Amino acid sequence: MADTAISEKKKTIAFGKKERKLLTDPINDDNPITVQVLGICSALAVTTGMKNAAVMAVAVIFVCTFSNVITSLFRKSIPKQVRMIVQLVIIATLVTVVELTLKAYAFESYKQLSVFIGLIITNCIIMGRLEAFAMANRPYESALDGLGNGIGYGLILLIVAFFREFFGKGEIFGAKIIGATSEYAINTTESTLFGWYQGNNLMVLFPSAMFVIAVLIWAHRAWNTKLVDVS
Amino acid sequence: MHSTSSIIRFVIVMTSIVALILAALQNGLKARHDRNESLYSKKATLAAVSNEIDGDFSKLTDADIQNIFDNQIVQSVIDASGKIYSEEELLEMGVKNGKAENLDLAKEWKKPAEERLRPVYKFTNNSGEDFYILYTRGKGLWDEIWGNIALKSDINTVAGVSFDHKAETPGLGAEIKENKSWVRQFIGKKIYDGLELASITVRKGGAKDPNHEVDGISGATITADGVTAMLETGLEAYRPYLETLKN
Repeated sequence: MADTAISEKKKTIAFGKKERKLLTDPINDDNPITVQVLGICSALAVTTGMKNAAVMAVAVIFVCTFSNVITSLFRKSIPKQVRMIVQLVIIATLVTVVELTLKAYAFESYKQLSVFIGLIITNCIIMGRLEAFAMANRPYESALDGLGNGIGYGLILLIVAFFREFFGKGEIFGAKIIGATSEYAINTTESTLFGWYQGNNLMVLFPSAMFVIAVLIWAHRAWNTKLVDVS
Repeated sequence: MHSTSSIIRFVIVMTSIVALILAALQNGLKARHDRNESLYSKKATLAAVSNEIDGDFSKLTDADIQNIFDNQIVQSVIDASGKIYSEEELLEMGVKNGKAENLDLAKEWKKPAEERLRPVYKFTNNSGEDFYILYTRGKGLWDEIWGNIALKSDINTVAGVSFDHKAETPGLGAEIKENKSWVRQFIGKKIYDGLELASITVRKGGAKDPNHEVDGISGATITADGVTAMLETGLEAYRPYLETLKN
């Protein structure tokens, strides 16, 4: 009896088909940005450079995963009448932890992301996952779901940031790849490819993020045809 | 269904735990936060003379910045009348170590202009030339902007500037900080026109006066006007001090 109970418990902890689906669905079929069109605001704001996008992605993955786990752990004791407030407090606490940590260990990124770290609190992806998933599922599944959604969001962020940084400033992760070096550095001796390329300032501005995300949604649907007939 | 009293209990326990966690974290990281803030503003000060510092300025490490600050900078604090404050006076006024780098500039700028303490950093480059780095603060489009302006020893020619901002729009107003080719336009401009303090104007549509104007930033007119106003009031406040330096 005891043996079967343990093996059953082991089985539920394992990483099976269902668990894989929890993790990969938000990355492809149910992507928070390109399919659910959530979290667009921060996707516009922090994708001017890949470094910022990467920091933001890590921050969101962290907040999304742990808020999911914590909410799921307390899902039975959280009073239903105040559950939204409790969820917000959990998210806000984790975001503040991220903010304080960045300020101590990645000050440049902290300065550049400024208010957008704080605005993770209002990122509807996270609140949405808590309400829709973590309140009704066990911590393990919730962790996978949060991780998947965070990665799905971060992946799109990085792709958008790549196009915007590369064509806008001629850089990848802050390293000059194409275009003249003199524009964004003083006293530098680095040389680059295509010295004639003039950074396209439109790509740095917010509208370009709209275009890039729109094209991404199009490309995503063209590639993954089962998304097309969703409506 | 939970009863009202159990909900209140839950909320109180939850907030207490959260408050404890955050307070502990904030306290534990405070030293690092302060160090980062101080290095950041030191780097911004030195950015105004980045042309005079050997090597790639953007690649300087925290230790390099501290090193330059310790060895090549002389700090002083003045007020709008040009009075230079001694270390003891500053200590008495609550400035840590009596040093300009420990002035709380955001707080100083909340005081009326006559009572404001302003930092002056004298930087000596490797070939022995002196530069005076002045600080000023003003309003951009969304929130405060501030900057450092470095003058050569003739107290007229600009050796460089560095600007920063709290919340200007990335790609537009934020270009005053990010776009180095725009910032570099200030190098070689003059702040005096004869004996008049003429300051430097950011001109929409392109600079006309080669000595006192720089090109505007398209899409960031209000931030650029803020820079113009900030430079004008800032330099005006330093004028008594600059006059004594000149003589």
